[in-house]
Amino acid sequence: MASLTTSETEDSGLTSLLYDPKARGLLFQVLLLTAVVSFFAWILDNTITNLAAQGKKSGFGFLGETSGFQILTTLGTFVMEARAGVATYLDVFWIGVINTLIISFIGIIAATLMGFLMGIFRLSSNVVLRGFATFYVEILRNIPLLLQIFFWYFVVLRALPDKRASGMSMGFLGEFPMNVTGLYTSYPIFLEGFSSVVWAFLAACVLAWVVSWLAKKRQEATGRQFPSFWVGLLIVVAIPLFVFYQLGGPLEMESARFLNVGDPILDANGEPTGRTASKIKAGYVPGEGGVIKPEFIALWLALSLYTASFIAEIVRAGILAVPGGQTEAAKALGISPSVTLRKVIIPQAMRVIIPPLTSQFLNLTKNSSLAIAIAYPDLVSIFAGTALNQVGQEIEMIFMMMMVYLIISLGTAAFMNWFNARMMLVER
Amino acid sequence: MTFKNALCAISALGMAFGASTASADTLADVKAKGSVQCGVSQGLPGFSNQDDAGNWTGIDVDVCKAVAAAVFGDANAVKFTPLSAKERFTALSSGEVDILSRNTTWTMTRDTQLGLNFAGVNYYDGQGMMVPASLGVTSALELDGASICTNTGTTTELNITDFFRSNNMGFELVAFEKADEVVAAYDSGRCDVYTTDRSGLAAQRLKLADPAAHNVLPEVISKEPLGPVVRQGDDVWFNIVRWTLNAMINAEELGVTSANAAEMANSDNPGIKRLLGTEGNFGEALGLSNDWAMQAITQVGNYGESYEANVGANTPLKLNRAGSVNALWTNGGLIYAAPVR
Repeated sequence: MASLTTSETEDSGLTSLLYDPKARGLLFQVLLLTAVVSFFAWILDNTITNLAAQGKKSGFGFLGETSGFQILTTLGTFVMEARAGVATYLDVFWIGVINTLIISFIGIIAATLMGFLMGIFRLSSNVVLRGFATFYVEILRNIPLLLQIFFWYFVVLRALPDKRASGMSMGFLGEFPMNVTGLYTSYPIFLEGFSSVVWAFLAACVLAWVVSWLAKKRQEATGRQFPSFWVGLLIVVAIPLFVFYQLGGPLEMESARFLNVGDPILDANGEPTGRTASKIKAGYVPGEGGVIKPEFIALWLALSLYTASFIAEIVRAGILAVPGGQTEAAKALGISPSVTLRKVIIPQAMRVIIPPLTSQFLNLTKNSSLAIAIAYPDLVSIFAGTALNQVGQEIEMIFMMMMVYLIISLGTAAFMNWFNARMMLVER
Repeated sequence: MTFKNALCAISALGMAFGASTASADTLADVKAKGSVQCGVSQGLPGFSNQDDAGNWTGIDVDVCKAVAAAVFGDANAVKFTPLSAKERFTALSSGEVDILSRNTTWTMTRDTQLGLNFAGVNYYDGQGMMVPASLGVTSALELDGASICTNTGTTTELNITDFFRSNNMGFELVAFEKADEVVAAYDSGRCDVYTTDRSGLAAQRLKLADPAAHNVLPEVISKEPLGPVVRQGDDVWFNIVRWTLNAMINAEELGVTSANAAEMANSDNPGIKRLLGTEGNFGEALGLSNDWAMQAITQVGNYGESYEANVGANTPLKLNRAGSVNALWTNGGLIYAAPVR
């Protein structure tokens, strides 16, 4: 009797289990999980089998091997002190990462500044400014980015003087000679005592912050205003300058040097070697002064100007999203138009602007991989391009590259989310 | 969705995965597709280039066509995938193409680490340098401090680095993904020197604004044996590609051309009979029909025909064959194939 009851309950339990939505849900979850896990197991097994069949190596041992090819001089090669035949594939990887980061970082800054300017211009009552901004946005966002990169690189930067110094190449802005091989700058050499200037600058920054904080407190308490921005700027500029001159200017600028055809070539100690510069040797003397390669300039201009056209529209949308009553209320209170823009409109517009702005920053970072088209040695170009062709370990190398982009993108997104949350709190 | 449907869906999914597991039997895959997928360059006149009508021509293209003729009896049963230097090996490894016939240099790294097999050599090349005549340079040893344009992802980057380092000269390397951009950058004066394989220099200089105003320097700084490549680990397919190329070279040596192959099949020379399938079962041993070489030669031509039509003295490239390393071994060159027997 007892056993019968047990089997009856078990039976009805099993049936009811099948009709129980919770248990059925669990069953499907388990089935789905099994399917997903076996899918990835199948992919992994397939990969390992095929790699073994082709006799390919795997693992990350290749990173320690010497790479054996030269990379265009950029921030990456400068930081890593890379020399052909000495640099390992790991160095190549870091050179790529640094080059990608610097173009993204500088690109984002330029695109944001240009984008905000154009966005505000588009809403200006001045016909010329408004017309220019409309023209800018419509032209730049409607032309493919690759074409714009080619335009800057092959059209604009190719119109510059030849690399052989003929006086012509020195004509651009005087201090910044520019020719077809790049923009040349002076290179700062820090002498003893320069660190004091840096400390003075940091101290001035803290002081400026304290002044602005006190001014804000006072304004909240008494309503009296204080020009904390201008005073802060004065502090930040004047104090380090004062220290700099007190120490007798512990900084030398080494300017870029150019050779004309037929000029004597000097050795490392400045002694004449008895040889004169050929047409190949004429031009910039490597190792003196700094150089920004045209590949970098073209990519930077194209990326930031293109992205700025999208940011301009985001800014315009953000400003238009602030109800017109806010401007009218500010006007009624007698607040000047520029203060209205800074203190009333922009803070409210920011909460609309920031989320899509993040997407544009991420787009710019990922678009920087177009660098390979004009020989800028970014991560995709040298690591997933040249190095991959020498090593042939696609899976490891593409994985590393994807991780770098993921980390850069997640980092950018995390920063923007933090910034967004901060702007949200200001809202009342 | 009911319980039963879900189960069906999951098992169907499972079967789909099971069926699509990649196989190492390229010949069966190619036969199932009905065409050979051939990786070529993005446009290198004489080697693999698309004409105005969209047809691919060149000595690298002819290798693929000959393989298609050997497998299917139809030289047009081939589809082309233009690949950049950087993409080519990944495309081959991943199975996107069956043969990579894209002026690719045979090196040890590629043969071992990259998991590839070179089926032979269809052009013996070497890396050269081109400079504007106005620079007055006559030797590569005068190039200290030069900026040099080239393609990324090739052996040229390594060779030029080695050459300048071993001669203790400084240089700047500007590496572009596509040959067109290299030519444009060199032509506009970004670089003093354009370096690539000498056959490539002959082809690319045609794209310059004034081809006559540029000189190719006498130094050949590397050995670049170019040839078709397949994936490692599939010997059947490897043999088909290797022996199709060998058949084209042997045909030239034996005097078999696309025009006379049909009558030569009945010649008294047993070597010709074996090649053309009237004697022996050489085609079947490859897993093909016995007229495999006959089809390749009648539809595509022998090696010499392919050379003269695409890169020879009467083409814009003007790469004179007589006396060069690309002449037949009987004429003092290096073009030599193992016998069909």
